[in-house]
Amino acid sequence: MKIVVCLKQTFDTEAKITINADGKINDQGVSLIMNPYDEFAVEEALRIKEKDGGEVTVISVGGAKAQDALRQALAMGADNAVLITPELEVMDEYATATILAKAIEGMEYDLILGGFRAIDDGSAQVAGRVAEILGLPVVNVVTKLEVADGKALATREIEGGSEVVEVPLPAVITAQKGLNEPRYPSMKGIMKAKKKPMDKKGLADLGLEPAAVAAKVTALSYFLPAPRAAGKIIPGEPAEAAVALARALREEAKII
Amino acid sequence: MAIWIYAEHKDGQLKKVTLELLSAGRRLADQLNEELAAVLIGRDVAALAGPLGEYGADKVYLAENDALENYTTDGYTAVLAALAKEHRPMAILLGCTVQGRDLAAQVAQRLQTGLLTDCTGLELENGQLTFTRPIYAGKAFVKAVIPEARPVMATIRPNVLGLGQPQAGRSAETVKVAAQPGDIRQVIKDIVRQVSTRPELTEADIIVSGGRGMKGPENFKILEDLADVLGAAVGASRAAVDAGWVPQSMQVGQTGKTVSPVLYIACGISGAIQHLAGMGSSKCIVAINKDPEANIFKVADYGIVGDLFEVVPVLTEEFKKMMEK
Repeated sequence: MKIVVCLKQTFDTEAKITINADGKINDQGVSLIMNPYDEFAVEEALRIKEKDGGEVTVISVGGAKAQDALRQALAMGADNAVLITPELEVMDEYATATILAKAIEGMEYDLILGGFRAIDDGSAQVAGRVAEILGLPVVNVVTKLEVADGKALATREIEGGSEVVEVPLPAVITAQKGLNEPRYPSMKGIMKAKKKPMDKKGLADLGLEPAAVAAKVTALSYFLPAPRAAGKIIPGEPAEAAVALARALREEAKII
Repeated sequence: MAIWIYAEHKDGQLKKVTLELLSAGRRLADQLNEELAAVLIGRDVAALAGPLGEYGADKVYLAENDALENYTTDGYTAVLAALAKEHRPMAILLGCTVQGRDLAAQVAQRLQTGLLTDCTGLELENGQLTFTRPIYAGKAFVKAVIPEARPVMATIRPNVLGLGQPQAGRSAETVKVAAQPGDIRQVIKDIVRQVSTRPELTEADIIVSGGRGMKGPENFKILEDLADVLGAAVGASRAAVDAGWVPQSMQVGQTGKTVSPVLYIACGISGAIQHLAGMGSSKCIVAINKDPEANIFKVADYGIVGDLFEVVPVLTEEFKKMMEK
């Protein structure tokens, strides 16, 4: 089974977000991680490979630093990595998906995995777009996956429950938290990863003109949420305070 | 060029976010002097055209087919994308739900257009539909437009746009369309619904949420009791989910759900930055925590420094008395 995992490098979940002098999100001094949802995808790919054999290729579109996230996946056990650095001023999900699909198109694959969303822009649409471009079926927000006999059986989250969906392979499956518990790279894995292949490509190597990946979306401005002011602490013994709180929510906040 | 609303429904009812979209869409359509249409896809769903009209739709595209009984990515994408190719709306707005998110990405790519997801704001600026959306799980926001590609596509978070009043007697023109779901590759083998009388987390007006301070899964019962008095949903912090006390579907925060209820009651939740990102846009936040230094108090409108096991049951009783009056 040949598995391709799309992954993205994102800010750490602990990162404090600030705006720089250009009005953009400040990325200086922020620690970077592999998008946690993509980690579930990498782990799932490795588990399938360990069970059925095969090969896991990880791919990312980003800056040069994104190779750290790919290297982490290699250290976890992935076999090959592809880093595409498009060097475009403006990117959106349409652009990213077009680039990813173009790169994957030339590979052999039975299954494409990715996180269902990234924790930075949280747009949850790149994997779906890749599936559409490649003409593959997609199953999103998957919490359980079984792959056998040319089919994927995926349990996915739906509102108020879950459903089990079967699709023929090749397919695109996106991971939701709960799919698995990602492993930490072992020291041996980290050493091995240094020798594993990392294929670096630009847009031209994929035969893509910048115009073909021109963003559809334009960001006008970035801003931080208005800070919430701390409210009042209701004093007293727990029972008294609870009574006062109930009254405040009714009479003052007029919510209840 | 019309504005379209995707009419999501579940168990024979329109989703609340669909009605919110109609209310907002109506205002925009009036400003632009354009038509507001709803796209209703499913099997035996014609009755829902009534409320779509009452909430502001001028027209309802009704696409019914036995193969569309359950939502499937392929089936619904084929129908919505084909309709959009034929009628060329200016914009298609969907709720940012599991289904809306799934459908929007496929349709946007098929129509070669842009998509802004999980938006919390939508307005007309300089004649252009302008969207505000959270990034970094609400630690920052971006204002964005889709300047040229059409239709403009966006999914809007439930509970942020506000719900207008339905106008009794107002009706929409129903246009039946020949729905062609095509080859549906997603075969649904099973659907498991959790039986719950509580509202869904993302649509609830009130959420009662528990964290590490709950000390164990059995103690969530006191939150459920409080929630049931208020008609609230029950949520949890990552600490409670990672401890295995409650399912992942209850998690609020950066790696869980983002919610915007009117009232969020945080019990035994310290207020890690990832959690605040998921509920910081709640209109009123109440924090109950033993630790006076807990971060959650920095964002709470009302706080009680005390043992939640003593506070919550009294609160439940008080609300019960209020509700009975």
